[in-house]
Amino acid sequence: MPLDTSLVRKQFKVIGTRVRRPDGIDKVTGRAKYGADAFAPGQLIGLVLRSPHAHARIKKIDISKAEKLQGVKAVITAADLPDLTGGDRGMRDILENCMARSKALYDGHAVAAVAAVDAHTAKQALKLIKIDYEVLPHVTDVDEALKPGAPLIHDDIFTDGIEPKPTKPSNFCKLAEYGHGDVEAGFKEADFVIEKSYKTEQTHQGYIEPHACLANVSPDGVAELWVTTQGPFVYRNHCAALLGLDANKLRVTASEIGGGFGGKTHVWAEPLALALSRKANRPVKLTMTRDEVFRATGPTSSASIDVKVGVKKDGTVTAAFAELRYQNGAFPFTWAEFGAMTAFACYDFKNVKTVSRDAVVNRPKCAAYRAPSAPIAAFAVESTMDMAAKAIGMDPIDFRIKNAAREGTKSSYGPVFGPIGIGPTLEAAKKHAHWNAPLGENQGRGMACGFWFNFGGQTCVDLNVTPDGSVTVALGTIDVGGSRASMALAVAEELGVAYEQVRCVVADTSSLGHNDMTDGSRGTFSSSMAAVDAARKAIHTMRERAAKIWEIPLDEVEWIDGQAKAVGEKHGNKAPLSIKEIAAQAANTGGPIAGHSEIVADGAGVSFATHICDAEVDPETGRTSIKRYTVIQDAGKAMHPSYVEGQYQGGAAQGIGWALNEEYIYGKDGRLQNAGFLDYRIPVCSDLPFIDTQILEIPNPNHPYGVRGVGETSIVPPLGAIGNAISNAAGVRLNHVPMSPPRVLKAIKDAR
Amino acid sequence: MTASLDTSHLHDVHLWGALRPLVGGATSIPMRAATIRELFRKLSDEYPGMEAHIKRGVAVSIDGKIYRDQWDTVLPAGAEIYLMPRVPGG
Repeated sequence: MPLDTSLVRKQFKVIGTRVRRPDGIDKVTGRAKYGADAFAPGQLIGLVLRSPHAHARIKKIDISKAEKLQGVKAVITAADLPDLTGGDRGMRDILENCMARSKALYDGHAVAAVAAVDAHTAKQALKLIKIDYEVLPHVTDVDEALKPGAPLIHDDIFTDGIEPKPTKPSNFCKLAEYGHGDVEAGFKEADFVIEKSYKTEQTHQGYIEPHACLANVSPDGVAELWVTTQGPFVYRNHCAALLGLDANKLRVTASEIGGGFGGKTHVWAEPLALALSRKANRPVKLTMTRDEVFRATGPTSSASIDVKVGVKKDGTVTAAFAELRYQNGAFPFTWAEFGAMTAFACYDFKNVKTVSRDAVVNRPKCAAYRAPSAPIAAFAVESTMDMAAKAIGMDPIDFRIKNAAREGTKSSYGPVFGPIGIGPTLEAAKKHAHWNAPLGENQGRGMACGFWFNFGGQTCVDLNVTPDGSVTVALGTIDVGGSRASMALAVAEELGVAYEQVRCVVADTSSLGHNDMTDGSRGTFSSSMAAVDAARKAIHTMRERAAKIWEIPLDEVEWIDGQAKAVGEKHGNKAPLSIKEIAAQAANTGGPIAGHSEIVADGAGVSFATHICDAEVDPETGRTSIKRYTVIQDAGKAMHPSYVEGQYQGGAAQGIGWALNEEYIYGKDGRLQNAGFLDYRIPVCSDLPFIDTQILEIPNPNHPYGVRGVGETSIVPPLGAIGNAISNAAGVRLNHVPMSPPRVLKAIKDAR
Repeated sequence: MTASLDTSHLHDVHLWGALRPLVGGATSIPMRAATIRELFRKLSDEYPGMEAHIKRGVAVSIDGKIYRDQWDTVLPAGAEIYLMPRVPGG
């Protein structure tokens, strides 16, 4: 019986309450076990040797001295990781990113690894590995990488999206276009045409917990991996494929996770830990330093964008165009294309066109970062939209309301929108007390909108009723934002029992079918759908058991308020049966009671947000302080409002850091200059105001409780909102993110 | 939505830019199919290179609702069908 995903519940008993999270005590007392907290008897310490060069041919690696050092149990290079990817370019790139093969492609690229009895010995061994490099010219800037004659990073990239396909390799990996109408004709209709170019620097997700794992491979090919990850099943599949293991013999257990935001959707050093363990025949623990996290995991792209918007005096946008150039790091992907898809998605434009150019550079392989690519595009578009509103003297919210996408709008990325929520977030912003509050000296207010797709995916949940009538739920999506509490709420709501009667755990990969990762704002959306399905199946089983106990037909048993009730005049004297009473008789009515669900949770529905920001700019130093910040976003239905608010606030906080301070700084030698939190400054509490939130609840018709994913969209508007606030505070338009004090001060001085 | 396979309708299937060169540059192509699975099978059969794209990941927007995995999903008569890249998340 397939799950009915259509919206069926509008009144709730426990959904929407702010219950305590089940992992709270462990986390505040230090009992929770993260990636680095696992130990195994006889474990070794794994360390990775990384390239000091941005681009270099590896002529020779001599590991003989390292192997002879007492206490060293294994040394590996690319030779220990043969290419088993069978021509799959994506998997081959993952393999090559885990361990350089013929060339080191960026500063920090792994070139060898050791496992030794302790960290000191492992460090000594790294020093004994001798590598003969031929240093090659490098390029780290996206615009430079796209120029003819730029240092060539791969000789097998021929630009996709150009016909005929080029015969000469280049760093330009993909060209894509989106849009509709005739933008040139549209610009001719405009009273004002606003054009501006923007740059955004590379940022890291900045999760507090570095990557860490404990790998244990037995000689019979059975392996275990304890790891911090957003997707244990994907890690299992990728590691097994790269190492030639059978997936069923590699059991991956996800630890608690200290943040991921997209950065823990890829394997980085985990295959190396497994390869070391296999070679050493001992467990290997591998924990990255913060320096390694910055240099050798997956930050988001840096980018360069040109935007052009034509507008009439009445506020109608006649045409909009953007060219977006994103670097993907050292391996080809399509991050610019996603920017092109999202750039103008908030708006209903008759003539709109985006062109994306994706490039490879000598930087680490880019990974998803919370609504990947969208914040960068939104900064450029929302800044230009603000300039357009100013040009015609229109309130920026009214200007956006006039041009907002709505049901029936042909989106800038192609399809026609169904019911969407950008309009309500803008209307709520206009009515919000923040929008009309007074401002102080050197302060300015800005606002911006944001869009993200959201998605669902493969999801599996196992629900078991214990003999005492309490309920356990095994989830396949890891809990990064409180999802165990939300899933317990869903099961409690469906069964009609107290929240405290349900306990959720995150299962390992041997306990459930495949689950996609906790990404794409899908964790709560997808797993709650599966949890509802599993609970409904368990209810069906419990009705069957009650029917057996009462010796009456199944259709005379209903499930009401957490109990089986016999319905009909002849059953009036039967007392209802609780879950506890049904569970107590399970052995004699058919055995254990369970509900299992395997679904593909499609229909997540696109997501929109509007943010308001007050910034104060010190005209003497250029330092920007955020004085007040408000997030308005549609959650469909907030299952646990505190966690929805947490997602809104977390996205805004990361966006504020991205907007004001965070950036990868490369030297002329192509080496990262600021690989640590002292020099790469993420916001701390004292940098942030209380971030106010307003949850709109416009039910998603494709979820039984109306839920939408909320994890990503909140990072999309901050860059634009803060840029607009700075513009109003200091009278200067910043076009380069981060809008750090030196850049703001220079803009102020240039304007004087 | 799941389908019985005898309900094929003729659709104007819109393509994102990367797929257009495979069909001679057209922005959309007529295709009779009852489900996403049938649509993908026919696209693979008729247009060389399409199968590789589908293996890498193609999402289908049906009247604005985006499907990534559920290939049994019905393509209703008169629905707007739009093929899109499969977007990752963070």
